[in-house]
Amino acid sequence: MENHYDVVVIGAGVVGNAIARELSKYAVSVAVLEKELDVAMGTSSRNSGVIHSGIHYKPGTLRARLNVQGNALMAGLCQDLKVKIDYIGKLTVAQDEEEVKSLYALKDQGEANGVPGLEILDPGAMEKIQPRVGGIRALHSPSTGIICPYSLTIALAENAQANGCRFYLGHEVTSIQKTGDRFDIRAGNKSFSAKVLINSAGLYSDQISRMLGITDYRIYPCRGEYLILDKRLKGTLNVLVYPAPHHGKAGLGIHLTNTVSGNILIGPSNEYREDPEDYACTADIMAQLRREGHVLLPELKTTDFIRSFSGLRAKQTPPEIGGFKDFVIESREDVKGLINLIGIESPGLTSSPAIALMVRDMVTSLLPLAPKKEFNGTRSGMTGHFYELSDEEKADLVARDPDYGEVVCRCEQITKKEVLDAIQNPLGARTINGIKYRSRAMMGRCQGGFCLPRIVQILEKEFGYRPEDYYLKNLHSPLFSGEMRPDKTRA
Amino acid sequence: MQTIERDLVIIGGGPAGLAAAVSARKNGLDDILLIERDRILGGILNQCIHDGFGLHTFKQALTGPEYAQRFIDEFTALGIDALLDTIVLSLDNNRTLTVSSKKGFIRIRARAIILAMGCRERTAGAISLPGTRPSGVYTAGAAQNFVNLQNIMIGKHVVILGSGDIGLIMARRMTLEGAKVEAVFELLPTPSGLARNVRQCLDDYGIPLFLSTSVFELHGKDRLTGVTVARVDDRFQMIPETRRLVPCDTLLLSVGLIPENELSLSAGVRLEPATSGASVDDRFMTNVPGVFSCGNVLHVHDLVDHVSEEAGLVGWCAVRYLEGEPSPEKAFIPVVPKADIRYVLPQTISGKEDVTISLRVTRPMRNAAVLVTDQGRKVARKKLVRLHPAEMIRIKVKAKDIETAEKLEVSVQC
Repeated sequence: MENHYDVVVIGAGVVGNAIARELSKYAVSVAVLEKELDVAMGTSSRNSGVIHSGIHYKPGTLRARLNVQGNALMAGLCQDLKVKIDYIGKLTVAQDEEEVKSLYALKDQGEANGVPGLEILDPGAMEKIQPRVGGIRALHSPSTGIICPYSLTIALAENAQANGCRFYLGHEVTSIQKTGDRFDIRAGNKSFSAKVLINSAGLYSDQISRMLGITDYRIYPCRGEYLILDKRLKGTLNVLVYPAPHHGKAGLGIHLTNTVSGNILIGPSNEYREDPEDYACTADIMAQLRREGHVLLPELKTTDFIRSFSGLRAKQTPPEIGGFKDFVIESREDVKGLINLIGIESPGLTSSPAIALMVRDMVTSLLPLAPKKEFNGTRSGMTGHFYELSDEEKADLVARDPDYGEVVCRCEQITKKEVLDAIQNPLGARTINGIKYRSRAMMGRCQGGFCLPRIVQILEKEFGYRPEDYYLKNLHSPLFSGEMRPDKTRA
Repeated sequence: MQTIERDLVIIGGGPAGLAAAVSARKNGLDDILLIERDRILGGILNQCIHDGFGLHTFKQALTGPEYAQRFIDEFTALGIDALLDTIVLSLDNNRTLTVSSKKGFIRIRARAIILAMGCRERTAGAISLPGTRPSGVYTAGAAQNFVNLQNIMIGKHVVILGSGDIGLIMARRMTLEGAKVEAVFELLPTPSGLARNVRQCLDDYGIPLFLSTSVFELHGKDRLTGVTVARVDDRFQMIPETRRLVPCDTLLLSVGLIPENELSLSAGVRLEPATSGASVDDRFMTNVPGVFSCGNVLHVHDLVDHVSEEAGLVGWCAVRYLEGEPSPEKAFIPVVPKADIRYVLPQTISGKEDVTISLRVTRPMRNAAVLVTDQGRKVARKKLVRLHPAEMIRIKVKAKDIETAEKLEVSVQC
């Protein structure tokens, strides 16, 4: 049988891809099944992009352990995969004595979890880290970092594929049967078979469980909306600034988050939804985020809002209960060979490298895992951005490859070469959003008004695209309705 | 890394850059370099294939490309240097630029610079449009590029938000190409585009224009399936009971233009909040010595004829600067918008030369006069039958009337 694998991973989010890459170090065949046309299409591309320190979780929980371990592993992983990460640190700010007490409690909890470098700062020390931060005391966690979450997810997938892992994008799992010691899986009108099945389907992990008769879990999608601010404001925020935990508040609250690309995010909100793909933004919350943004960032102008987006957390608790439940990462006894990952919400991004190790250990007891000599954990080629280089480096690069000289996206200064790479790299983009996530073109203040027409020209010229070949995110989202009139000059 | 030196560098080869270059050459300047990011000169005019350009300048109705070609022909005949397919990536306060193209990444030092980068369109993100993020939402100018330059039909069932001129033009264009244009919705109580465009692009094709009405939600997870529209009250708040769903597969946005001043800002150019363009004196020089600004990057115009005229003047001002003609004394006279005036330009003048003040009013008025005063003393007055925010007004002021002025105030007298 053609689609016969040792391990099948369901879901190409950051967790599924981290697991696939980890397993690609061993002599086993691995496939990843993903219903969308690209990786990182769910929660992995729709979050704050924060690498948490691990102060917020109860000692002894999986969340606490995997967070701290994942945080420590992330630096090396990002170096290998050439993904930008910046450990900028975080201030959790108390406004009154009551909140100062909660800072000390957080510090104790963080230290019990093994979080390094925690310090309570007085206003003078706070001011040095972040001018005009306000508040009377702050907890400084220097190991908090920021990362581009979809860049990491894409990099993990590319490296996993380079090491032999197969990605089946646009393959939605529709049924799973356990036959003997194998799983028979139908996905995208193909049959797959696996000895070990890993359910990292995120918002759909409960539905995948149910396909195997496991009814223990239910996911409650919880939506967070964000606004993205213009890069003009880069530099107004040196560190992450969060409010101190407040009695009766479950989430971490609306705050500002720097991104590695220089934008600032405002958000997230917190609202339960029925539909695991309800990525709408709402008038009320957008207005609330704008108001809070003006309070948190006095320099903010109305023209600084460039885009909104929302993401959904895979929560295990219904709205009437709220709060957090610990991650479920289990090798099922009743369905032997199934490794189930349920409710991997925050800090899932931070924990992903640690989760991958934990799952690998579970796989070891199901399959012999022999290390593969030919494994290469580093990504080749230029993976950074042209705009990040010095003038001299830019000049050298353009001299070597003229496609770097042609700047396609004027706001983000993304070159034609970077757009071509987005398509030609392993697991190349098949949608406009895929090009956007890989190259950053269309992510700036004009939102593709200038560069989308140019990118369409490039795709037509270099790859023979016709007007009906362009999709925004999936096969149901065509960009155009066709040619205006027959063009005999078009190839 | 290669560094070259030029007397005058013009950034942008649209109508403003072309007219500035032609004028600078005709005023005797040899060393001019124009930098254009597109493969051809002409800027946004290349995709404006409708007519109506040049009525003031050439007394005939030309298409955008025809209008541009007249300047391109002159530019070429004068043998002015241009770098095409080349983008300016940075500009500092010493008039040093870095530019990039297939041919290389180089540094250019200029003795004078004319900013002529034009403007960009406001987006759905910029107006915080709630709802889903489907395909089928385009700014009107991007849609115009696909339809007019790339033979691509963007959709069949269209709603247009905003009554800016490009939106009105695209309503007609999409109708001519066989799409059903449901309506144009405008948040303001008056159209944002020129009256003639409302008549010729909407009325003539039976496309309804709903004023004080806006789009409040996008629908459709994949491709757009419809928009929720509603009327607004006089504080622009939605009137909930007027909400209705308008099915469509395409939404075009014509909700405003923003001067593209990122390079200007990096050079330390001070911007005016009212125009989002540079603050300039009556020689169109910004606060950065030797850096001039003209066209839509200075303030958004409604007629290209005015862009060309303004840029021609700026080309001459740059030559005078390069020839070392002393700038008028520092004692500049501020020009200040007062009653019913949204902005005035230039923002400061010398009082030593005749000057044309450009301005826009805040609301539509009839049979009123624009008045320029200096401490209550009338300096200039222009009577108009029709005053509209969509139409720029220009008023001439004579040097002899402002030699001793301290502050000019511009207002509407009803």
